[in-house]
Amino acid sequence: MKQYIIRRVLISLVVLFGVSIMLYALVRSMPSDYVTLSTSTNPNVTEEMRDHLREIYGLDKGIFEGYIDWLLSALRGDLGESMVMKRPVSQVIAEYAPITFSVSLISLILQMLIAIPLGILAARKQYTKTDYIITTLVFLGLSLPSFFFAAILKRAFGPYGLDWFPIAGMLNARVNYPDGMTWAKLCDYFTHLVLPISVFVITSLGGMLRYTRTNMLEVLSADYIRTARAKGVPEHRVIYSHAFRNTLIPIVTLLGSSLPALFSGAAITENLFGIEGLGNIGLRASQMADVPYLMGFNMLLATMTILGFLLSDILYAVVDPRVRLS
Amino acid sequence: MTNADKNRNQRLRQVKKENARRFKEFKKAKKRKIPESEYVTQMKNQDNILEIDGLHTFFYTDVGTVRAIDGVTFSVPRGKTVGIVGESGCGKSVTSMSVMRLLQEPQGQITSGQIRFAQRKENRAIDLSKAPQKVLEKVRGGEISMIFQEPMTTLNPVFTIGRQLDEAIQLHTEKMSKKDIAAHSVEMLKTVGIANAEGVYKMYPHELSGGMRQRVVIAMALACHPDLIIADEPTTALDVTIQAQILDLLRNLKDKINASIMLITHDLGVVAEMADYVVVMYAGRVVEQGTVQDIFHNPSHPYTIGLMKSRPNILGSEGDRLYSIPGSVPNPVDLPNYCYFHNRCDRCGKECEGPFPQMVQLSDTHRVACYKALENQKEVQK
Repeated sequence: MKQYIIRRVLISLVVLFGVSIMLYALVRSMPSDYVTLSTSTNPNVTEEMRDHLREIYGLDKGIFEGYIDWLLSALRGDLGESMVMKRPVSQVIAEYAPITFSVSLISLILQMLIAIPLGILAARKQYTKTDYIITTLVFLGLSLPSFFFAAILKRAFGPYGLDWFPIAGMLNARVNYPDGMTWAKLCDYFTHLVLPISVFVITSLGGMLRYTRTNMLEVLSADYIRTARAKGVPEHRVIYSHAFRNTLIPIVTLLGSSLPALFSGAAITENLFGIEGLGNIGLRASQMADVPYLMGFNMLLATMTILGFLLSDILYAVVDPRVRLS
Repeated sequence: MTNADKNRNQRLRQVKKENARRFKEFKKAKKRKIPESEYVTQMKNQDNILEIDGLHTFFYTDVGTVRAIDGVTFSVPRGKTVGIVGESGCGKSVTSMSVMRLLQEPQGQITSGQIRFAQRKENRAIDLSKAPQKVLEKVRGGEISMIFQEPMTTLNPVFTIGRQLDEAIQLHTEKMSKKDIAAHSVEMLKTVGIANAEGVYKMYPHELSGGMRQRVVIAMALACHPDLIIADEPTTALDVTIQAQILDLLRNLKDKINASIMLITHDLGVVAEMADYVVVMYAGRVVEQGTVQDIFHNPSHPYTIGLMKSRPNILGSEGDRLYSIPGSVPNPVDLPNYCYFHNRCDRCGKECEGPFPQMVQLSDTHRVACYKALENQKEVQK
């Protein structure tokens, strides 16, 4: 097991190296660069001044040279300075990652708490009204684009509708909160997050629910479920002990692969609700061709993706005794 | 669209509607609390452990009704082995599933008939076809247990052998400590001839071979000393040497705990070796039943005669082709009421066009459903 993990980590390093080359080449191949984009509306900026700026930002070098520079400093732990945020990339990530992470984690937990029981219910009542209602609603959520759904929610529950929840930001700007965490501040966070989290959860519920339903159906028709019933196991125990343990196996894989999503957040949803998270900044950074931030952010996601796969492989071996890692 | 197509579609829609109505009714009826007076009955013969009487099990499918079990009557005497033979799809397994009430509901339903089972511990008889879920859960595994065909998939892959055995015991015994249960499980594993019982107790199913798993399944079935063991093709998936071992094991253990066996198989060799009584089924009906001697020495239904002929014969000359009954089993959807075998039968006559023949009593134990039963018998005896 230990050996397996070490080997996987070593392979991951090679993969990350390859990913960084491709990322850098892609980011630098954008048709425009940060200097052009940020000065294009200012008629007083001359071409010489732009070239000077490019020199300062390190954009005058070619892709290959630039990559070597980035790699050398990244290996020393310096990810460069974000052009959009005017601050070191590592600082930006450290500051905004907790926001994205907590919002995404709450959404993921809610999603699991809703999707798995509903999926099991739909499977148990296959082809009944309950099943049809659940699958239809979920399919609706799955096919609604998040921007459209967010707009509906904002209109319905925002200041122009029921006025139950604020529609943007993380905290009420008119209130001065002390630095630490207080009860009132937490409540304010909560009310601001209700709508964005609803969008996150409802638009991504479908995948996991359908997955659970399909797996449960498959497991319920398995021979060992019949054996359990023939042993006299009560029905609820057949479902929640015998069948559920087997349904868990594929769901675990799904969990591991959602690790990167915890850090990337849903960039568009964050943007729509004015939540200053990594995804939202990433969106702006890619609009402005912010090379250091995009590199840092995407490398974080690549690392998380690889870690996620490793995690789901390990979890796989934990829940399924037939799987042995070697 | 031709007229025939239209008619067909219309008929299918009718079937679907009818089924939906039936399922609704079935579900409604299932919610009702069943009073004891409805399912407690009397055994007709006190020597029997199980009496199946006029059992009808239907499957309502989208293309029509499949009469999987159509009026099956037979009984399992205490301490004896009854073999049920017939080809695939004749209703052998559905009979066992009906007894265990493990049919896929609401598509599969017992529509009429009785399955009387003598509960020794409670000193009464109950009708399994009407008993409520709670009672069934006690009977399953405790008084009737089942051995399935496919040992590779009948054990839950994510639980250890020990846990699955313990569960079977714990469900049917009260006031037994965890330690005692585990000890009993290991004991059972030893009884079915597993050498390294303590080790196997901690193993997962995938760590065992097919024969080992079937032993575990048998241990699980016998753990609570059931009065009736239903073995649904227990040796089909195993190779011949293991088959013989498993059958020996089953026979010895049955005598040890004085249980009866309902042995479902299509292997006539297994029946000859194991069974005291034989029930021959064809297309959901019993066509012949009797003692092993009756069936093997004096087969009287053309189907049984065909079955006996199609056995490989070691004494036959080399290169002989194996006999096979011409034709195939009829499509089970919406079968009309006549002898289903008549178009495959080589001695079919005028009278065979009529409704399904009544059972003819040839001797005290031997019964056959054929218009020409007596003639057939004379012919065989010659």
